Amino acid sequence: MKNIYLDNNATTAVAPEVMAAMQPFFTELWGNPSSMHVFGGQVARYVSLAREQVAAMLHADPSEIVFTSCGTESDNMAIFGAIEAATRPLRIITSRVEHPAVLGPCRRLKESGMDVVELGVDNAGRLDLAELKTALAAGPALVTIMWANNETGVIFPIREIAELVKAAGGILHTDAVQAVGKIPIDLRQVPVDMLSLSGHKLHAPKGIGALYIRKGTRIKPFMIGGHQENGRRGGTENVPYIVGLGKACELAQSSIKDENTRVAALRDRLEAGLLKSCPDTRVNGDRQNRLPNTTNISFQFIEGEAILYHLSDNGVAAASGSACTSGSLEPSHVIRAMGVPFTAAHGSTRFSFSRYNTDADVDAVLACMPGIVKKLRAMSPFVKQS
Amino acid sequence: MWDYTDKVLDHFRNPRNVGTIEKPDGLGEVGSMACGDALKLTFKLGPDKRIAEAKFQTFGCASAIASSSALTEMIKGMTLEEAGKVTNQDIADFLGGLPEQKMHCSVLGREALEVAIANYHNGGKTPKKMLEGKVVCHCFGVTEQEIERVVRDNHLVTAEQVTHYCKAGGGCGNCIPDIEAIITRITDEKKKAAAEPSRRMTVLEKIQRIGDTLTREIRPMLQKDGGDVELVDVVGNRVIVSFRGMCAHCPSASVTIKEVVEAKLKEFVAPDLVVEEEKP
Repeated sequence: MKNIYLDNNATTAVAPEVMAAMQPFFTELWGNPSSMHVFGGQVARYVSLAREQVAAMLHADPSEIVFTSCGTESDNMAIFGAIEAATRPLRIITSRVEHPAVLGPCRRLKESGMDVVELGVDNAGRLDLAELKTALAAGPALVTIMWANNETGVIFPIREIAELVKAAGGILHTDAVQAVGKIPIDLRQVPVDMLSLSGHKLHAPKGIGALYIRKGTRIKPFMIGGHQENGRRGGTENVPYIVGLGKACELAQSSIKDENTRVAALRDRLEAGLLKSCPDTRVNGDRQNRLPNTTNISFQFIEGEAILYHLSDNGVAAASGSACTSGSLEPSHVIRAMGVPFTAAHGSTRFSFSRYNTDADVDAVLACMPGIVKKLRAMSPFVKQS
Repeated sequence: MWDYTDKVLDHFRNPRNVGTIEKPDGLGEVGSMACGDALKLTFKLGPDKRIAEAKFQTFGCASAIASSSALTEMIKGMTLEEAGKVTNQDIADFLGGLPEQKMHCSVLGREALEVAIANYHNGGKTPKKMLEGKVVCHCFGVTEQEIERVVRDNHLVTAEQVTHYCKAGGGCGNCIPDIEAIITRITDEKKKAAAEPSRRMTVLEKIQRIGDTLTREIRPMLQKDGGDVELVDVVGNRVIVSFRGMCAHCPSASVTIKEVVEAKLKEFVAPDLVVEEEKP
């Protein structure tokens, strides 16, 4: 049985080109880029090249890119770093649907006495910009709002948010881990101060990320004890992975058109097919402003973990916001923030595509899903059995 | 993915006895959509007053479905008295074990069975008393009675375990101090019972309690450091044990014997016990 991977918002396969680009840095080019000899010198150029590749994808300057170990580190560094470097006390404004890598640091700061505002979303997962404006009016703030949501794919209007934050004299960080590589990002047009990205969401390996820090943004380093990354992040550079991330960004830039046409069409066909073949099914999130690769569908009256195990038996890998898979006893905080009723929340299932998916993958899910839904509904006490 | 046993996966993939019995002798409905799992159990008795048929409908994860399916298989052929003695651990054991975070699925099964039996005895109506009680966990609607039950049945010692077994404390977490108070109360009661035996224990009871205390209180502690202990013999008030793993070569084993093994056995079984290590 062929395995069909539709969980690309969780992690992606390392691209063969990325693997090939990294390989020499484990064998011949293993020097320390800081060393004053040929072993170091020949490696340092590749780190610079990777920095240019990452910057190019974001339309940023290479000096604005700091390599980190992952998206979570980037988020922590941005939030704690900006708060510590602030010359005046800041408030924090975030949203209820952020990734735990952002909510965790914000809640830590709240415990230490900071004023933290969590903006809500409507039932399509959209922010209320008027609410943001009100929050901004209460005083200078660090705003941290994601570019796109990992569970629903809903894209926030980051450009408008950035303009509001800038007009209010605030600092804006965005967790763009899910957006980078899937939709075009041009930081010349969008005045965010900091942006987090993660390698393994765009076909680089796990263990590498980056934080974009716009020139002039004050940030106190988080990882100290080395001059690397211009003193902004100590620790010997993870050269092979940095090279891999650079290559992955270059590939993402050239495939972004495919992502927004062919991949989006695959997603749309799956979504339409499931809505048609499975009754009592709904899409969670704003379908107009959404990543091209993501759909989050609730199959009502049945539970997500049971759906995933049956899908897995059919060779299909997906994800769910159900309590049993969210690592807690309650359904996903994103789905709950959207006010999705419990009848649908526990059965929310996310399918997330990549450029490696094909029409055959969609066919396979469409072939097995109606049977799975039928089987689970036949044993659900919430479904009137005929 | 969860580390489910093959038996759990088999009962999930091929659930036995799915459905509802028309005009059942007993009906038990527990859980809710909000909680993320719900079970409706129905059974019919045969002329011999044994459970002839049992069916279930479950909304929930793979282990909730498997636990329900297992329960229906287990109780078929039992008298209601026998069925009333089925514990959540029996359901988990039937399936070859459940991950601790999933033990609440087995508890759901036991609860449904209890309600269904009470429903039978009450002439097809679920007694109101069963559904009431002081609610401790408001997020999941878990009563004090239910928490006490899982703590006693499964010898739970932390609030986190209670969450795994009945969900209480797994939402906002505000009731965790209350859960801890219940655990402390039950542990104190047990200690008291051990300290003042109301009557002489039989030898069998004593050995049983020594074994239980070893399993529950002592071995998990030693296993954390890669060691272990086994009961070899009980002669009067002398308990003879043998160390395994790291403990077997540990220079502080003699301290462990007095301060861990003996102290716990004195606390939970009888204050006059003396522990000795088996000499090869």
